[in-house]
Amino acid sequence: MKPYGIAAGLAAGLSLLSVNSAFAVTEISWWHAMGGALGETVNEIATNFNAAQDEIVLTPVFKGTYEETLTAGIAAFRAGEQPNILQVFDAGAATVIGAKGAVKPVQDLLEDAGASFDIEDYISGVRYFYADSDGKMIGMPFNSSAPIMYYNEEALEKAGVEAPKTWEEFEQIAPKLKQAGYIPLVQSHLTWEFTENFFSRHNLPFATNNNGYDGAEGTKLLVNTDGLKMMFAKLAAWKQNGHFEWYGTGWSDNQTPFEQGKVALWVGSSGSFGGLTKSATMPFGAVPLPYWEAIAGEDGYQSFIGGAALFAMAGKSEEENKATAKFFEYLTSPEVQLMWHKSTGYVPVTNAAYELAKQQGYYDETPQAEIGIQQLNMKAGEWTRGYRMGFYVQIRDVMNREYGKLFTGETTVDEAFKAIEAEGNQLLERFAKTGS
Amino acid sequence: MNKVRFGHSIVPYLFLLPQMAVVAVFFYLPAGEAVRSSFFLEDPFGFSSTFVGLDNYADVLSSTEYRRVAIFTVWFTVLVAFFALAIALLLAVKADAVLRGAKTYRTLLMWVYAIAPPVAGLLGILLFDQHVGPFVDIASWFGWTLRIGVNYYDTAFAMITTAVWYQVAVNFIFFLSGLQSIPRAVREAALIDCRSGLRRFFTVTLPLLTPTAFFLLVINVTYALFDTFGLIDPMTKNEPGNNPVTLVYKVFLDGFRGNDLGGSSAQSVILMIVVFALTVVQFRFMERRVHYA
Repeated sequence: MKPYGIAAGLAAGLSLLSVNSAFAVTEISWWHAMGGALGETVNEIATNFNAAQDEIVLTPVFKGTYEETLTAGIAAFRAGEQPNILQVFDAGAATVIGAKGAVKPVQDLLEDAGASFDIEDYISGVRYFYADSDGKMIGMPFNSSAPIMYYNEEALEKAGVEAPKTWEEFEQIAPKLKQAGYIPLVQSHLTWEFTENFFSRHNLPFATNNNGYDGAEGTKLLVNTDGLKMMFAKLAAWKQNGHFEWYGTGWSDNQTPFEQGKVALWVGSSGSFGGLTKSATMPFGAVPLPYWEAIAGEDGYQSFIGGAALFAMAGKSEEENKATAKFFEYLTSPEVQLMWHKSTGYVPVTNAAYELAKQQGYYDETPQAEIGIQQLNMKAGEWTRGYRMGFYVQIRDVMNREYGKLFTGETTVDEAFKAIEAEGNQLLERFAKTGS
Repeated sequence: MNKVRFGHSIVPYLFLLPQMAVVAVFFYLPAGEAVRSSFFLEDPFGFSSTFVGLDNYADVLSSTEYRRVAIFTVWFTVLVAFFALAIALLLAVKADAVLRGAKTYRTLLMWVYAIAPPVAGLLGILLFDQHVGPFVDIASWFGWTLRIGVNYYDTAFAMITTAVWYQVAVNFIFFLSGLQSIPRAVREAALIDCRSGLRRFFTVTLPLLTPTAFFLLVINVTYALFDTFGLIDPMTKNEPGNNPVTLVYKVFLDGFRGNDLGGSSAQSVILMIVVFALTVVQFRFMERRVHYA
């Protein structure tokens, strides 16, 4: 992909030289992790932006998976070759925000460039996830998604049940779905959907130090707690009696049986919608991620966003930062957000874009596409803004390992969460030492 | 002192210089850097680092997960090296005896060598995939539900099988050329003395093959320890989860995926020491038994 990026940059540079040599053109680069169809949409946005004005040339470069993109960005930063814009995923946010001086807060970037900025313009669920503890936005939410539940319409009809709103309801209908010949429940991301968002949906604290926002020093995980342990004890029990199935840590290994019509309910991402319309062999609908009424009360709370944000890397000239700010303004305009929302299934990040989608009647045709944003706009609580923990990629790996052991009968719920707590806290402690 | 001495000249050193420069730039420099950073905890962007002494080593060596990975690596290396060598030797001996169509037969056996490791890993995934893998169907005939990515041991089985399959071709080429370099006279003499083919193999052919076998043993252990990275990466699908991984893969996970430079460096220094010790053992104790013709 790199040669392509260089070639595209060269071509763009040359064509501009010949056409517009009188203007000083500012070139900026954007490293992202959007492969396949998503990458094509990213390229389309860049092309449209370059065509819409003639002062800035933006070059998007695909850098691989989220983890690979972050590592490439860090290595480039250390060599002084960092891109202007780096896409960083939820679990990597603490690494970037924790390193003071690696990025220029997007709020400062926009305000310095004389652009108007109001954090209230962003929909409530995405507003503070990439912000600091004072509520200043550091990273610009870009591809944002919510974990939602998709259902197989045929399966529900055959079993004569409705899609569940709560886990209590799920327990009621699961035997009927099983009897109708379906695997009742499957999911694709135990850490994001069933751990992080468990805390958000039920408004429970995930870590000390205000979920880690108040600094890395002394932050401890609160995973070895009754609520979360109950959730996984239930999952393990459901797996035992055939109400839940687990196909490993890989996302698509779990999505495939749903697409094949073998599964009644699948917890995926609101961003899965675009792909599912092409790959699913049966009609499907979507509902918000269920919650335990016994814990959350009548209605659940909003969920954390998944996906990634765009960070303006530090160490760039004022001119380039202005250009980056211009692009961010363009990217958050309602029209561009709506185009992104429609072609990918990720939620629009601003209220204006959401309103525009409603006005245009997009959700009348495809009501499933609205579930994610509805869930992000549900009532907020003290613990629903997000979490900030260093070495979180490794902490997720520890969780996935223990969950895997749990579902293959190698460990118990008590042992698993004891191990996650111990190893997770050790990683947090190590991370705190890197910054001092 | 009646050694022959040449006049001092810098010319030989000049000839050595490029090689030494390459070794220095690509081995000593990074190795030194790894040793240095294994004593620090550093933020990934390099703004600050804290000297922590041997803490990184203590953390690594006291971790139960690291021990689990190390134990798996030992089993993985032993099994991969053993089966890759045994199967290749069997194939080579049989191929050596084939008279008609020998070339076609040999080419077919060497073919796998042309595949790049990540491609071999992808083929491994396709063959063992939970939903579409043909090997999963075959296993189910015997009542075995093979579930890669779910069951730790099933995943280990798939990884070892793929790693062995990939390495057999290389071993086969070396064993075959080793067999063909055994003098005809020796073989014929053996044929007169002993009728049992099996006995001839163990008393005459195998001892004469030991230089090749020893060389291959070293190569195969290194392969299982380091070069299987390209197979393991696609087979774990970027999600280590509950899957078995080797020590080298763990260095990658912590360093490149997790950005824990200190911990990852400490692990790679430990690995360097292990490999150094292993090489010494191999040359000290095993090479004595090797019979160079």
